[in-house]
Amino acid sequence: MSNDTQSYKELLLGPLFINNPIGLQILGICSALAVTSSLNVALVMCLALTAVTAFSNMLVSIVRNQIPSSIRIIVQMTIIASLVIVVDQILQAYAFDTSKKLSVFIGLIITNCIVMGRAEAFAMKNGPVSSFIDGIGNGLGYSVVLILVGAIRELLGSGTLLGFEILPLVTNGGWYVNNGLLLLPPSSFFIIGLLIWALREWKTDQVEETEYMLAPNSRSQEV
Amino acid sequence: MEQLIAIFIQAVFVENMALAFFLGMCTFIALSKKIDAAIGLGIAVIVVQAITVPVNNLIFKYLLEPGALAWAGYPDIDLSFLGFLSYIGVIAAIVQILEMFLDKYVPALYNALGVFLPLITVNCAILGASLFMVERDYNFGESVVYGIGAGVGWALAIVALAGVREKLKYSDVPKGLEGLGITFITVGLMSLGFMSFGGISL
Repeated sequence: MSNDTQSYKELLLGPLFINNPIGLQILGICSALAVTSSLNVALVMCLALTAVTAFSNMLVSIVRNQIPSSIRIIVQMTIIASLVIVVDQILQAYAFDTSKKLSVFIGLIITNCIVMGRAEAFAMKNGPVSSFIDGIGNGLGYSVVLILVGAIRELLGSGTLLGFEILPLVTNGGWYVNNGLLLLPPSSFFIIGLLIWALREWKTDQVEETEYMLAPNSRSQEV
Repeated sequence: MEQLIAIFIQAVFVENMALAFFLGMCTFIALSKKIDAAIGLGIAVIVVQAITVPVNNLIFKYLLEPGALAWAGYPDIDLSFLGFLSYIGVIAAIVQILEMFLDKYVPALYNALGVFLPLITVNCAILGASLFMVERDYNFGESVVYGIGAGVGWALAIVALAGVREKLKYSDVPKGLEGLGITFITVGLMSLGFMSFGGISL
């Protein structure tokens, strides 16, 4: 795959559904689960991750011909870690409350496999502009899943979206009984599992091969 | 002593790295198809956690913390913003050193763990444990116990999941849910189970 054959539009939109980093590539799942209990926090996380992926892709791509391949992982790590420090400092300066809620998860963008994976798989082989766009595309693919999960959890779990009341809760004199399970961390596993199911029913080529088939019942008639 | 035991139990069960904080999920899901591989990876994680968390603790206490450089005559310097860069560097370096050390002196263990060691650098459970250690302000002794506990908890979770998945592959799962989808839902159920430890007060 070279720059010329792959248009920028494909780079940007491909990772949204067709080659979604979470749904298909199994990358970057950790933070997808932990920060989605409210939409607000999920949005900040998406912005941070998209920015880091895009810029680290671009920077790695610029220096790709200068990096000796034996130490490339360390170089990529250093670039990514420096960018994450910048993002963390910005968040602490302008959005202190959200940054407290995200606690260690901003730091964990460093080890988020999406960032490393794209730097290694794409930026090392392509020019800066297409790497930048690829980074934004993958960041958006991640964001789609995160925002969906965050919206479902916040709407059904506490009846609000971005803190505004959508479904009036019984406790506040409304009619909606909130589903406490959705505020608990395990619910994000169920939601992502079901999203993957839905995605694969739609794009059937993503379905995994069956490892073992059950032998069909060989009895000729019911006993 | 009692406090150390409490930290250990809390790290293994109540705040299980994999099932309560969802750290190290990528390797957790990708490498839990076989119990053997899961055990190998689990042990590697325990070893690396037990070394990196205390080392990062020392680095934070003597180099990065506000006022930590007082011993060198610079009491006003606050380098804590360099944290992420230092921790990940330490982790990468220790994994590399451990790999060379095992290769030279304990080849049997190296052959068993070999493939998993490089993967550990990008395992967020390792970096996560260091960051939690800083956030909670553990001292050196506590950080040793916390590192081991976090590793044991993660190993326990991946071995349990591998056990479930080895049985699961014989079952008749809906087509689109096969593989990744059903694994997520299984982990969700396991995580619900682990939440029951949350009621333990230590």
